[in-house]
Amino acid sequence: MSEAPILELRQVSFAYPLASAPVLAAVDLTLSPGQRLGLFGPNGCGKTTLLSVMTGLRPANAGEILHRGRPVRSEADFGLLRRELGLLLQNADDQILFPTVLDDVAFGPLNLGLAPAEAEAEARRALDFVGLDGFEERLAHKLSGGEKKLVTLAGVLAMRPKALLLDEPTAGLDPATRDRLAHILGHIDAAVLTVSHDWDFLNLVATDFFTIEHGRLVREAASQLHWHAHAHPHPEQPH
Amino acid sequence: MIDEPFASGGSFLHRADPRAKLAAAAALSCILAASPTPAAPALALLSGLGLAAWAGLPLGALARRLLTVNVFVAFLWLFLPFSTPGEAVWRLGPLAATDRGLALCLLISLKTNAIMLHFLALIATSDAASLGQAMHRLRVPEKLVFLFLFTYRFINVIHGEHQRLMTAARLRGFVPRTSLHTYRTLASLLALVLLSAMRRAEMTRRAMLLRCFAGRFTTLRRFRMGRGEYALLGLLAVFAACLVALEVLHV
Repeated sequence: MSEAPILELRQVSFAYPLASAPVLAAVDLTLSPGQRLGLFGPNGCGKTTLLSVMTGLRPANAGEILHRGRPVRSEADFGLLRRELGLLLQNADDQILFPTVLDDVAFGPLNLGLAPAEAEAEARRALDFVGLDGFEERLAHKLSGGEKKLVTLAGVLAMRPKALLLDEPTAGLDPATRDRLAHILGHIDAAVLTVSHDWDFLNLVATDFFTIEHGRLVREAASQLHWHAHAHPHPEQPH
Repeated sequence: MIDEPFASGGSFLHRADPRAKLAAAAALSCILAASPTPAAPALALLSGLGLAAWAGLPLGALARRLLTVNVFVAFLWLFLPFSTPGEAVWRLGPLAATDRGLALCLLISLKTNAIMLHFLALIATSDAASLGQAMHRLRVPEKLVFLFLFTYRFINVIHGEHQRLMTAARLRGFVPRTSLHTYRTLASLLALVLLSAMRRAEMTRRAMLLRCFAGRFTTLRRFRMGRGEYALLGLLAVFAACLVALEVLHV
């Protein structure tokens, strides 16, 4: 079955004002249903910028973004795109908007036009899915870092996205929550693009790997990335 | 930062529909604020105490809240009796406290405490999240409601940021003193908190866009007015009518 890609970037470039070099230079990227992409790279290489450009939070300087084959140009086009694309921000506190968990998770479904009862049902289903049933009335500011991350994930999943974009999802998580997150991502239908410098996690949730070098998207063979993974622990265990 | 010492409890006032409580508290405070004589506020002080007792508010927390408000009231007692024209009833050197000044102080003290007690018993017994939703149901303008909800959501986050910065400063040997260095450090910390609050506002806007916010808010919670709520509202309406009568008749 060959469906049209959910999202396609063609020769997309982006540079911050007054910056000497572009962060993204003629990037091509396709995200198709069911795909599991991993984007690996150090801090500051443009991973978060790429996600912002993909979701229209930052306008691309050049190139074309296609949503199911149709070019996305206006804010209204991006609005339609965002109905299918869930982005999980790196900092959970940026994404939890309401004092109580249930209100926050239901915010997206309500924005999609669901009636309050349906939105609440979606929210409860999503909370259940990420293992947070019983958290509905909890106060957001009293949750742990890992719980906040799972609440934001439920908030995105409650909108039933066709593709999920994750920005450094494991930052600040303990190993147990990290494993739980990997487990959840293994059980969702949507295409997933995970951006991280945590190679072990990326290896758990993705099957195709990319990195950004000098603004260009480079495909990496999994074996090469394995080498990265083993190189990482060394500085922490000097011999 | 915001702890809600009165919001948890099992009394009827805790369980009652927050819309009824909001409406009742708002009406009563307007009536009390407009009262020209001390009779109505004095009566309301008693009813406020009664409601607080009914709600079983924790005494320590209640005393602390009332003390905070009465610190401001104490300042009025310090100045108003001597600056209001009227007949002198008591002299302190060249200063004379007037009868009208003292009466005014008494009136303000009664009003303040009566309104405060009603708010603590009726409003503080609901958590901020329910109050926000109740305000939305009562058709308070959306922007105000969501400003209220977002403030409640983020004030803890911003307070946490401030605490982290203060800890970082202390870890490097910062001790607040009366010195230029202290003022400079505190100003810099304040600037950082403001900057991070601005950054957070921008991130919040983006997070709302990402979840397809298109300018219309909907809230989830549905409240139910039961027989108890109608009884409470009826009782308070009769009481409010009595207060108005007292005020109009100038007893």
